[in-house]
Formats: sequence, structure tokens, C-alpha cells
Amino acid sequence: MSETANLTARLTALANPTRFLALAGSLLPWLGGAAVLVLVVGLGMAFAAPEDYQQGITVRIMYIHVPFAWLAMFCYTLMAASALGTLVWRHPLADVALKAAAPIGAVFTALALVTGSIWGKPMWGTWWVWDARLTSVFVLFLMYLGIIALTRALDDQSRAARAAAILTLVGFINIPIIKFSVDWWNTLHQPASVFRLDGPTIHPSLLWPLLISAVGFTLLFLALHLMAMRAEIWRRRVSAMRRMSARAAEGKLAEGRAS
Amino acid sequence: MLALYVREVRLGIRAGSGALTGVLFFLAVVAVIPFGVGPDLNLLARIGPAILWIGALLASLLGLERLFQADREDGSLDLMLIADGRHMLALTVFVKCLAHWTANVLPLVAVAPLLGLFMNMPPAGLAAATLTLLVGTPAITFIGAVGAALVVALPRGGLLVSVLILPLSIPVLIFGVAASRGAVAEPDPFLPAFLILLALTLFFAVIGPAAAALALRNAD
Amino acid sequence: MRLAAEALSGERGGEVIFSDTSFAVASGEALLVKGPNGAGKTTLLRILAGLLRPAAGRLALTGGGEQWPDIRAACHYLGHFNAMKTALTVEENLVFWQRFLGQAQTTVSEALETVGLEDIGYLPFGYLSTGQRRRAAIARLLVSHRPVWLLDEPTAGLDRASEGRFAELMRGHLREGGMIVAATHLPLGLEGARELAMGARRDGHDAPIRSTP
Repeated sequence: MSETANLTARLTALANPTRFLALAGSLLPWLGGAAVLVLVVGLGMAFAAPEDYQQGITVRIMYIHVPFAWLAMFCYTLMAASALGTLVWRHPLADVALKAAAPIGAVFTALALVTGSIWGKPMWGTWWVWDARLTSVFVLFLMYLGIIALTRALDDQSRAARAAAILTLVGFINIPIIKFSVDWWNTLHQPASVFRLDGPTIHPSLLWPLLISAVGFTLLFLALHLMAMRAEIWRRRVSAMRRMSARAAEGKLAEGRAS
Repeated sequence: MLALYVREVRLGIRAGSGALTGVLFFLAVVAVIPFGVGPDLNLLARIGPAILWIGALLASLLGLERLFQADREDGSLDLMLIADGRHMLALTVFVKCLAHWTANVLPLVAVAPLLGLFMNMPPAGLAAATLTLLVGTPAITFIGAVGAALVVALPRGGLLVSVLILPLSIPVLIFGVAASRGAVAEPDPFLPAFLILLALTLFFAVIGPAAAALALRNAD
Repeated sequence: MRLAAEALSGERGGEVIFSDTSFAVASGEALLVKGPNGAGKTTLLRILAGLLRPAAGRLALTGGGEQWPDIRAACHYLGHFNAMKTALTVEENLVFWQRFLGQAQTTVSEALETVGLEDIGYLPFGYLSTGQRRRAAIARLLVSHRPVWLLDEPTAGLDRASEGRFAELMRGHLREGGMIVAATHLPLGLEGARELAMGARRDGHDAPIRSTP
């Protein structure tokens, strides 16, 4: 009983944007530093790792491509969780988290597409293949852009937040369906002849650098996300202050008229 | 609820020429394709089902943004929201979607066989394409309702609706085209794709109105 | 039946427009909400109708039994807009609302007669003048029964004679044990109606809001 009350109190304290700003401010340098450190180690290991006997040096792009693709999905999951927070608990930070994450997620998804395409050029001989995976990520990218467009289109903050939350959740429910249908479509049109990453196994000498750089990019994402959330909260404060000063000016005008 | 359906269909037929514009747009889209890909009848027959589906998909997006906007502008939406306890809002949205489909999308399905003739499609292909459109287009309207509800407060949200819901309607397009092609191209199956299409429509008939109702309730 | 609001506050676009407003209305009573533009009259009515969430405070309808569990279920809301389709005739509009809202009370033709539109029920709503449109919207209050009427500037666009007739309608509704909460600038001709004065905010501080009995 007291424990749940304690937990609620702690969550409420976190919900306070001022408390959050202070926490984010003290956390950010550590997170950013850790991200840089882990990325240096991970990417360093990636370049030290042996080349693939078939793909040669091009396999190294995997060490950034796979983390980007992972983060594209991770970010959407995080946004769906924030969407629940906005709609169910009306948590004030949840919609900030959702709005701040969308552009970062879109950039990571775009990077995953670009690196995938660069990787594909020597492998497939063409920049783009309507491979099931690439296509699904492409649709995910379109969904990110839709969410960003929706949040930009509505100027009322809380309304935009709830609309984006609903769209995010509807998209989240649809992702498995889209993935399934794209797979079906792909097998119907292209018998599985394209190169696939999930081949037999990945050798441990390749796996370790991959995991470490994935952790590094995840830390980087978290740092960027915290930064974007902080900026969003400040932006909202500025707009609230502007509105208040507009009101104050009107009040002065009314007083002047009265006297 | 029947009263709502009758009213909405009546409005769709009486107010403006939404259905006619949609049909004309469908016709125009299908008519420009041969100019783009050339008049090769074999090629047209092969891509025919896809063209019909894409044309119908785009045409059924027209006018979707007015689905709730018109009701919001004249205050009807407020009364529908207040009546939530009597008629569940999601059900109201569902009925509105059905009426919108009847008045605006059903005419598209009706002219689809005619347009299929331009595409040199065989009779079986025509029948299959029309049947898949009949079963699949309601799903687009149900997803579209979510988009329409999200942008209900925006004066010019039409383009945004399309941007938001086109990615979500990809599965419907895939299985619609797969089924209608399966009916004529021998190795491809018709029934599995058709049944999945049916399942998608049923799924969106639940998800769409529920999400749209949530969005409408939060639009203010 | 009794409608009570306790320490209600409302916000619009993240800004608190009014706060700490309390009042109660019992059967047969009317409450006139007055105040300058931007004082939050419409917001208050929309909160009562359940269209907006109150930022704080409580709202309750007691004594409504199973039929009228909350204000939303028990209210007619007449907002700034008439909720009528211009492409349908007046009668079609009213028949739809009667069937959609349920609890049929008077017939559509009786209601049209009461508001003086009996001769033009067959016309599309779009052909009506502003005052006639408002009267058609008022006829909607009559075709279905609701104990609580939430009226937002109900007499906007009405002429003197129609105002008088509408006042008579409201008095009849109150005599039958109904309740009215109306936001208005103009006198509605309801004797003994209580007033709730809502003040506009200045300098970001709340003006005192008082309820005069």
C-alpha cells in the first residue's frame, strides 16, 4: 500500500517538468560521454574485425546499418509507449517524449535506409531492391513522416500530442500486419534470391563489435532524445510566456480605457 | 442508427457531387496509365488489377476529410459526442463510414468492371477485381476515418489525410491486387489472399472506428 | 434532480480561463451565465455537456436515476451552431435528430408549429434566414425529451416576437421540472433566474467570480 503510494509520488515528482529538466541536465553529460566512449570502442573493434571472405570491406557498413535499423524500431516502440502514457495517464512528459522522439526516429530510419542502400549497391548491383526488409523499413519511414507532419500541422500543443499519440498507436498495431503483407508480397513477386543478412550464423568476431556499437548508438539515441525533450519543454515555456505577455498587454489596455 | 445511415447517404447523394467527382477521378487515373506505359494490351492486362486498385484507392481518399469536418462545422459532431451514452461513438463512426462508403465508394466499385475493359482484362479478372474492390475498399474507408478524425480541426486537412493513411493501407492494396491477380494468373492463389483481405476489412472495421472515436473525443 | 458544480475550472489551449466556479441548479431552476467575451461561458457549457474535460473540480447530476445517470446523458446542448444540414429539409433534419436522440416528446410538426415554422418544414434548411434557422434548432429541444437544457446564446439572431415565444418555451420547460443553464448577454425573460457572473482575467490573475442568488 505505502509502496504503491511511494511509487506514485515518485512518478508524480518525475512528471514535474522542472524536476525533469534538472535531472536531464545532470544526466546528459554522462550519457553523452558514455555514448561517445562506447561508440569509439565499438567502431574501433569493427575496423579491427576480420573482413568477410565474400563481401570484403563492405561488410563493415553492417556495424552502423544494423544499429540504425534496430533504433528505428526501438524509437517507434518508445513512441508507442509514450502514446499510451499520453492517452491513458495523461502524463505531461509523455507527449513531450513522443514529439521529441519522432524526428530522431525518422533520421535513424533514413540512415538505416541509406546505409542499407549503400551496402546493397556492391551486393545486389543496384541502389534499391524491393526486398521485404527494406520495403518494411521504408513504410516505417513514411509513418514517421506522417506523425511529424501531424504534430506540425496542429498548433494547439495538447491537441497535437493526443492526435500524434493516436496515430502512433494505430501505426504500432499495424506494423505486424504491414510486415506480414510485405513479406507475402515479396515472396509472390521475387522468389527469395536476394542476399539476406540472417544467413547461417554470425561469427562471434563480428558479433561483439556489432553489439557494442548497437549499445553505443542506443546511448547516443537516448542522449539525443533527452536533449530534444529538454528543448521541447523550453519551447513550450517560451510560448506560454509569450501568450502571458500578450494577455498582460491587453489587461493594461483595458485598465487604461477604464481610467 | 438506421436514421443516421439514411441521413448520411441522403446527404452524400444530395449535397454536392462527391460520388461523381470520385468516379471521374477514377476514370481519369485509369485513362492516363496507357499514355504512360504504352498501349501494349498484354502489359495492360497484366497490370490491370493493380491499376484498378490504385485508382480506386486514390479516388476513395477524395472527400474523406469531410467525413467529420462537415459535422464539426455545423455542430452536429457535438451532439453525436454528447449522445455517446446512447449510441456508442465508435458505432456512430462505423455507421458514418458505411454510409460514406455506400455513397462515395460503391459507385467506384460499380464502374470498375467498365474501366477494366479499357485495361484488356479477361472476364474472370474483371469479376475478381470487382469482388476484391467490393470487399477491400471498406477497409480503406475505416482507416481513412482515423485520418479524417485526426485532422478534423484543420481547415485543409485533405492532403494530410492521404499522407497519414496511405502507408497504413498498403496491406489492403497488396492483398487486393494479389487476390484479383490470383484469379487469372494460374500459379498464384486467389482464395488465401481474398480471405486475408476480408480479415483485414473486418480488423479495420473494429480498429478504425475505435481509434477515430478516440481522436474525435480528443479533438477539442 | 440537482446539477452541482464544485470548484470547477476550465482551460482552453493550455490556459486556465476560469477557475473555482461553483453553482448548483435544481429542478425547475434556471441559471444565467453572464460575463464579457472570453470569460469562459462557452467553455463552461461545453464542460457541462461533457465535450471538454474540466481542468479541476467536480460535476454531478444527482437524483436522475438510471435514466439520467450524468449531465451528458440528460442534456440538450444548443451551441453556436444549429447542427442542421443545409441540404436536408427542416423536417428531415428534425426527424433525424428525434430518432437519433431518442426519448421522443412532441412530434416534429407540433414542434415546428411551436416555433412558428409549420409552413416551411418542407424547405431545405439552407434556404432559411438566420432567425428561422435558430428557431428550427430550438425545435430540436422539443422533439426529444431532456431534463437539462444547456443553451449557448440561444437567442442570437432571433427577433423580439421569437424571443418572447422562446421565453415562454423555457418557462414551460422549467414548470415541468426541467433545468436550464444558459450563457447569454441578453435578458432571456426568465423571472427569478439566478445569475452566475464570470469575470475576464486581467494581468494573468483570476478575477473574482461570484454567484449571486
